[in-house]
Amino acid sequence: MWGFYFTELMHSLPFFLKGLWMTVAVSGLSLIVGTIIGFIWGIMRASGNKILRSIIGAWVDLIRGTPFLVQVFIIFFILPSAGIELEAFPAAVIALTNLAACFICEIVAGGILAVPSGQREAATASGLSAYQQLRYIVLPQAMRTIMPPLVGQYVLLVKDSSVVSAIGVVDITRVGWLTVQRIPEGLMVFGLVGILYFVICYPLINLSNLLERRMTVVSTRL
Amino acid sequence: MLETFNFRVILEYMPLYLQCFAATLWLSALSLLGAILVGIIACAMRLSQSRIISRIAGVYIESIRSTPLLAQLYFFYFGLPSLGLMLPEWVTGIIALTLNSGAYYAEIIRAGIQAIPYGQIEAGIASGLSYFQRMRYIILPQALGMTIRPMLGQAIVLVKDSSLLSLISIAELTRAGQLLTSDRFMPAEGFLTTAVFYLIIYYMLKGFSSWSEKRLIFREAH
Repeated sequence: MWGFYFTELMHSLPFFLKGLWMTVAVSGLSLIVGTIIGFIWGIMRASGNKILRSIIGAWVDLIRGTPFLVQVFIIFFILPSAGIELEAFPAAVIALTNLAACFICEIVAGGILAVPSGQREAATASGLSAYQQLRYIVLPQAMRTIMPPLVGQYVLLVKDSSVVSAIGVVDITRVGWLTVQRIPEGLMVFGLVGILYFVICYPLINLSNLLERRMTVVSTRL
Repeated sequence: MLETFNFRVILEYMPLYLQCFAATLWLSALSLLGAILVGIIACAMRLSQSRIISRIAGVYIESIRSTPLLAQLYFFYFGLPSLGLMLPEWVTGIIALTLNSGAYYAEIIRAGIQAIPYGQIEAGIASGLSYFQRMRYIILPQALGMTIRPMLGQAIVLVKDSSLLSLISIAELTRAGQLLTSDRFMPAEGFLTTAVFYLIIYYMLKGFSSWSEKRLIFREAH
């Protein structure tokens, strides 16, 4: 029986690859847009503007304090009652982009604030504009603190993307859920699902570890 | 949307919400205890002299960290019955949450232990303390103190992760929102109320985290 189910599962492999592609599409799109928004919010959060800082801080707290599944449901079920009809895919991308932006915002703000204030003062004394300071002095140094946790965050977000299967986005997890109705071998089906996620996440985890080692070596050499 | 926000329905469903709130609390608390226990054991194995034991713990930690919780939850939910193990849903849910967070706790505790200077462990050996005595009196008290903040952070993650248990039809907070949505078709009332309950837990844990940090610094200063 086991062998039979295994051949069945191998026959539905193209279906799983489609799911893999959907996971890559949802998380890739959200990560790119989320990183851009996250950097903008992070720079604002580390800026001197108190109102801006507390608005972003409160929003980030709301998002970090509630489960991603609830956020997905809110966007998918509540926005239509406000007159905005959304398909599952854009709803998933919006939810994941917002989540990514919130977590990346905190990482970026932390990195910027870790740059010694003397650097900024020296830049001001040299007559650099606010943009020049950010572009040439603060961000290049902050990147060293930002990069390792940023890649680590990407892994968490790719994994979080599995949650959007709950609103019917046919990603790897959803494919597994659909397949297990037909092939009742949960260990085998979700073992395959796990392997596919592993294929995406494991290189990213290693990259994060590598960056962590690299960046610390650089800073101890200084 | 807001002008039609129906507070009466929320009041009507409040008993259900409170019951589900309690369920989220005890499911998370049980999983948290289990996860810390699993984390300590997995970490001890990871740092063991024996290559094989260390490797086993490594495989466990890496495979949990590179796959999503939802896939793990389905793995147990659909997989255990095909092994002939018929467990109630909540047991499956706790197993998945415990094993998932256990891997993260193993890494958090490992970081704490490895931050302890090796000289202290050597001093312990030289004083004739056994392995368990060194763990109990030298390593763990310091490691737990140093890791209290990431440990509470993971506890917050665990509480939010418990929302996924609604997808295997366990009656907890997110499920309460789903029930209100499907009974009355009021997703705004349903899921925003759910979100508020999660935020209560989040702000309490966050407050406890900053309080404990102040206390620890206070104790170190003496």
